[in-house]
Amino acid sequence: MKPARFEYHAPTSVDEAVQLLGSLAAEDGRILAGGQSLVPTMAFRLAKPGHLIDINAIATLGQIGSKDGALEIGACVRHAAFHRPVVAGPLGQLMSTVVRHIAHYPIRQRGTFCGSLAHADPASEWCLVAVTLGAQMIALSTRGARTIAAEDYFTGIMTTALAEDELLSQVRIPLLAPDTRFGFREFSRRAGDYAIAMALVTFRLDGGTIVEPRVGIGGAEANPRRIPEAEAALVGKPAELTTFRAAAEIAAEVVEPMEDMQADAIYRRDLVRAMTRRALEQAAQ
Amino acid sequence: MSDKRDITLTVNNRSYSIRVEPRRTLVDAIREDCGQTGTHIGCEHGVCGACTVLVDGAPVRACLMFAVQAANKEIRTVEGLGSVDNLNPLQRAFMEHHALQCGFCTPGFLMLVTGVLEREPDIGDDELIDVLASNLCRCTGYQNIIKAVRAVAHDMRQARSNASA
Ligand SMILES: Cc1cc2nc3c(=O)[nH]c(=O)nc-3n(C[C@H](O)[C@H](O)[C@H](O)COP(=O)(O)OP(=O)(O)OC[C@H]3O[C@@H](n4cnc5c(N)ncnc54)[C@H](O)[C@@H]3O)c2cc1C
Ligand code: FES
Ligand code: FES
Repeated sequence: MKPARFEYHAPTSVDEAVQLLGSLAAEDGRILAGGQSLVPTMAFRLAKPGHLIDINAIATLGQIGSKDGALEIGACVRHAAFHRPVVAGPLGQLMSTVVRHIAHYPIRQRGTFCGSLAHADPASEWCLVAVTLGAQMIALSTRGARTIAAEDYFTGIMTTALAEDELLSQVRIPLLAPDTRFGFREFSRRAGDYAIAMALVTFRLDGGTIVEPRVGIGGAEANPRRIPEAEAALVGKPAELTTFRAAAEIAAEVVEPMEDMQADAIYRRDLVRAMTRRALEQAAQ
Repeated sequence: MSDKRDITLTVNNRSYSIRVEPRRTLVDAIREDCGQTGTHIGCEHGVCGACTVLVDGAPVRACLMFAVQAANKEIRTVEGLGSVDNLNPLQRAFMEHHALQCGFCTPGFLMLVTGVLEREPDIGDDELIDVLASNLCRCTGYQNIIKAVRAVAHDMRQARSNASA
């Protein structure tokens, strides 16, 4: 189908975009970033925004780089920017591994990292990365700027702590220590589909035992989240299959899986177990 | 509300001055307003890839961009590749390897592959399969598309190594 009518605005500065959003949010004015989620929703007429504020002409929002120990990702940085590592060290490697699972090559040329965070699909890979690694979201409005921590950011299926008049201008992800290991596994029915379940894990090894483990699960619940019970089962343990099996079992027990056309709760729980174990094994290699 | 905009689309190096509503998708503008109907429309929500065109060199879903967003950018479509009497190497490879049956998906595949091989000439065979999974074909079963694209990628690599030798 064709999208419904809207008025189009193409600001060239962040200030102008924030002003427009401030005055048009009440008339369902929305940001248009990559359009790879918003335009399909408009084609289905599930969304009929009165105004679109296209941020693609704002050059400063396309910036990405590391500063003060964090990777800073501007609102117009596309998924494709991560095809090759954007920073030296494990974080750049991790993101270039994960990005291959997001949609398809042409969609990654347009879709943005921050757009994924704003859209907050339960199975968004970038949302999983953000919670697992403790990202910070920078929200701008005519009322000023504020920083939202990942653990406070996701509030339900496709809902976040962003207010309607706030632009997600940047996301900051702490850089990973050089000896950080990571593993990522997802299960989807076809290449490029949203995952039914996925796991992202990181840890370091100190003389063969696991330190600072992080276990994040996505696609299973309304929002991705870390599983502290599974992390506790890894701390100080040897990096071997029995440890990984035990942690994966705990992750599968504590999640409260969604049910939908693709998978019921039992199947999702099984997938959480399998993805967690495989991600841990990958990290140990 | 007839908030129409006058924009210029540059399609295959030709300028088209058109007047469109902001909600006009790029693929509709290319077909309806510029009259270039080689680019097809399948799903209109980003899933099938029939509408793939190059915008400033990048293969994109033309159903997920608005025409106003492509003003003053360089758009390339299947009409720019070759002509009926003079197919380009990729088009010829599709024919030789039987990489099409009904042909509905073909313009999308051709533009996808053109964009990817221009930007990533050293792309490996496995990665190519990943790229080809972007678009849907209901007829061929993909194997012959993969054969055609691998053959062209191989020839391009060969030509480059000959040129640098
Ligand atoms: C066929 C297909 C398959 C896909 N598969 C996957 C997949 O496997 N995994 C995955 O994660 N995604 C997938 N996607 C979605 C894709 O990753 C989108 O790019 C992403 O979800 C949204 O980013 P965008 O820049 O395109 O945002 P848009 O579509 O432009 O916007 C999405 C929403 O976020 C809001 N928004 C965007 N940016 C901002 C901002 N800076 N501040 C405030 N609000 C903002 C918009 O107003 C809108 O409501 C798929 C899409 C398609 C079409
Ligand atoms: S018509 Fe654009 S992807 Fe199907
Ligand atoms: S040849 Fe018929 S859809 Fe591909």
